[in-house]
Amino acid sequence: MGTDTPGIPIAGGIEAGLDRTRPTSTRGTYLEVIHSWIVTVDHKKLGMLYIGYALVFLLVAGFEALMIRAQLFFPHNTFVGPASFNRLFTMHGTTMVFLVGMPILFGFGNYLVPLMVGARDMAFPRLNAFSFWISAFAGLLLYYSFIGGVGLAGTGSAPDVAWFAYAPLTERAFSPGHSTDYWAVAILASGIGSIGTSINIIATVFCMRCRGMTLSRIPLLPWLYATMSFLVLLAVSPLTAAQAMLLIDRYLGGHFFDTQAGGSAILWAHFFWIFGHPEVYVLVLPAFAFANEIIPVFSRKAIFGYPAMVAASVGIGFISLGVWAHHMFTIGMTSFGNAFFTLSTMLVSIPTGIKTFNWLATIWGGKVRFEVPMLFSIAFLFQWVIAGLTGIMLSISAWNWQLHNSYFVVAHFHYVLVGAIVFMIFAALYYWYPKMTGRMLDERLGKWHFWLMVIGFHLTFDFMHFPGLLGMPRQIYTYEPDRGWTLLNQIVSVGGFLQAIAVLIFVYNLVHSYFRGDEAGADPWDAWTLEWSIPSPPPAYNFATDPVVASRRPLWDLKHPEDPDSAFE
Amino acid sequence: MSTIPLEHARDAEPWRLPSRGVMGMAGLITAESTIFTIFVTAYLYYMGRDVTGPTPREVLEIPLFGTICLLSSSGFIMLAERAIEHGKMMAFTLWWAVTMLLGAIFLADTANEWHKLIVHDHLTISTNLFGTCFYSLVGLHASHVIVGLIMMLVVLVLALGRKLHPAHAERVKVLAMYWHFVDAVWVVVFSVIYILGR
Repeated sequence: MGTDTPGIPIAGGIEAGLDRTRPTSTRGTYLEVIHSWIVTVDHKKLGMLYIGYALVFLLVAGFEALMIRAQLFFPHNTFVGPASFNRLFTMHGTTMVFLVGMPILFGFGNYLVPLMVGARDMAFPRLNAFSFWISAFAGLLLYYSFIGGVGLAGTGSAPDVAWFAYAPLTERAFSPGHSTDYWAVAILASGIGSIGTSINIIATVFCMRCRGMTLSRIPLLPWLYATMSFLVLLAVSPLTAAQAMLLIDRYLGGHFFDTQAGGSAILWAHFFWIFGHPEVYVLVLPAFAFANEIIPVFSRKAIFGYPAMVAASVGIGFISLGVWAHHMFTIGMTSFGNAFFTLSTMLVSIPTGIKTFNWLATIWGGKVRFEVPMLFSIAFLFQWVIAGLTGIMLSISAWNWQLHNSYFVVAHFHYVLVGAIVFMIFAALYYWYPKMTGRMLDERLGKWHFWLMVIGFHLTFDFMHFPGLLGMPRQIYTYEPDRGWTLLNQIVSVGGFLQAIAVLIFVYNLVHSYFRGDEAGADPWDAWTLEWSIPSPPPAYNFATDPVVASRRPLWDLKHPEDPDSAFE
Repeated sequence: MSTIPLEHARDAEPWRLPSRGVMGMAGLITAESTIFTIFVTAYLYYMGRDVTGPTPREVLEIPLFGTICLLSSSGFIMLAERAIEHGKMMAFTLWWAVTMLLGAIFLADTANEWHKLIVHDHLTISTNLFGTCFYSLVGLHASHVIVGLIMMLVVLVLALGRKLHPAHAERVKVLAMYWHFVDAVWVVVFSVIYILGR
């Protein structure tokens, strides 16, 4: 690990194009360093800002989850009151989706997409900086509600309307004070940031590719990020529009969701879930993208079925736009609507199944290296399949009527969000941290992190299905002791605290390895995509000379001139 | 070892990529179209569900003149685009100014309509569902017209100051894409509000 990649024969003529410039180490004063990070338009620095910002909020929202779990540890617990409990789950959900999930994935996109397509920056560097800072502003705004959310009526100090904020609860009459306004404006602002970054990613993938990188040679990660960005344009915009409507209602006396003046609560539900369901795929497509890069490298095989993977990802993107009302079966739809959304939801399992089998086929017969990124990826595969299976169960409208808004649903979507997405985010951090910092993360601490996380995850979210099946609704602050939910809730809570310990070990590892980690070198994993061809951390200009590629795995071609991929394309 | 050698560019092979300006604007238009779709959906969904008046049939008049101005401005901006591509800067400035004038007339027309609705018909955004949907949708569109006019004003000032050159044709084209979008959306908004909804 962390060694040179010796034995690469250098053909004549390439010598001249070598990047021999030493990375400049001009360290300024602290003030200069901070200033350089604030004014930066470098996609790598912005990417790391996104990731750092998201990790801070991950700890905050994780803490909120622990408070929820502490409250539910005993029946009739009085750890937090009902009002605080409402704020906790609202802030936990909103933070995890808008201030953790989206920013961390955009952070990786920012960092990796230009490097992987062989570009020196994103297509619009200043738009990139704007998008980050408005997202950061959204986070501050949301959390400022803890201080500024108290309104004239003296109610509420943080949003308490749940993350989907169903109308008409959010109307002035039912949510006095300003906490709901902070929620709406924060999501509006973060939506603008997301749309800006998505436009940037699409333009980068399609317009900034290096010489030779045709559409069928773009690595899968940029492909999936382009799909994800397209979904953001189509899915986050409705939420932005709906928040504008909500603010018109709250500030200008409009009646969009005012049921007493003929407005419709159901319309909000539609608008929210037109955003809300594709959002799941916005979050999971980057997780797939990480798996597409990590699994082949650690299986020592090229990805199985590249064209099928691209087609399946784009297919998931399209299908996911037509499934939103499966969140609304209990609101009451026509039987045609129920049938349509049941079937369209089941349809998602076809492209996701293709992807799963392709990952398995990539591992099959490979020389698998069980290092930490691969461990997380394997856990991801299992957990993603289980999450998909409970998803198919919930897509059946008759089954959904029984379990809607129960802990079964909570367990299902946490299986996706934690079991698939968070696990792949950890895998990605272990995999690309060496590129970002030039240091390896500690392997031993990583294994502790992994095993504690897996055990904690399964204790929490496997056992969370059962109280749901036994009828425990979500978003309740306490329960009766005679329901038989107590032991299950305690197991769930214990698992939650185990995961918290795992995350703290990870945070320690991040900091510790930054100073003490082994030198990574340019290509610690013996990988094949362009980002590993340049020093770690990469210089500000990325590539001293524009790279040229002749296959999907340019570094493989370079390391194995006797058997290059380009000969088979 | 800090680097791995790559094969480097051979200028002989042509390597053409789509323009990032056009791609970025296409992305923005996609997102904006979705926002408009949501507001149009709300308008259609709430049509005729008011519990109090006034109704669209009572108060709305078809803004034919403004509509003709706005839609014809798309033609003039095309003339401007063609002029700058051929390096005819005088013609460009002229057609560009005409486009802006037509856009401004459209805005004035909308302002007149709103004045009449508010002062004479007592229809505000909080009067009823129709008022909420109408002012939101038309206001959303009008704000796009205003943004377009501001951006076009920047280009006009640059053109009058002789800072704009035929080399900037592609950037002008990207801005023109936005203006065409604003016009195309008006066709939808107009049909929904003044034909379907009236």
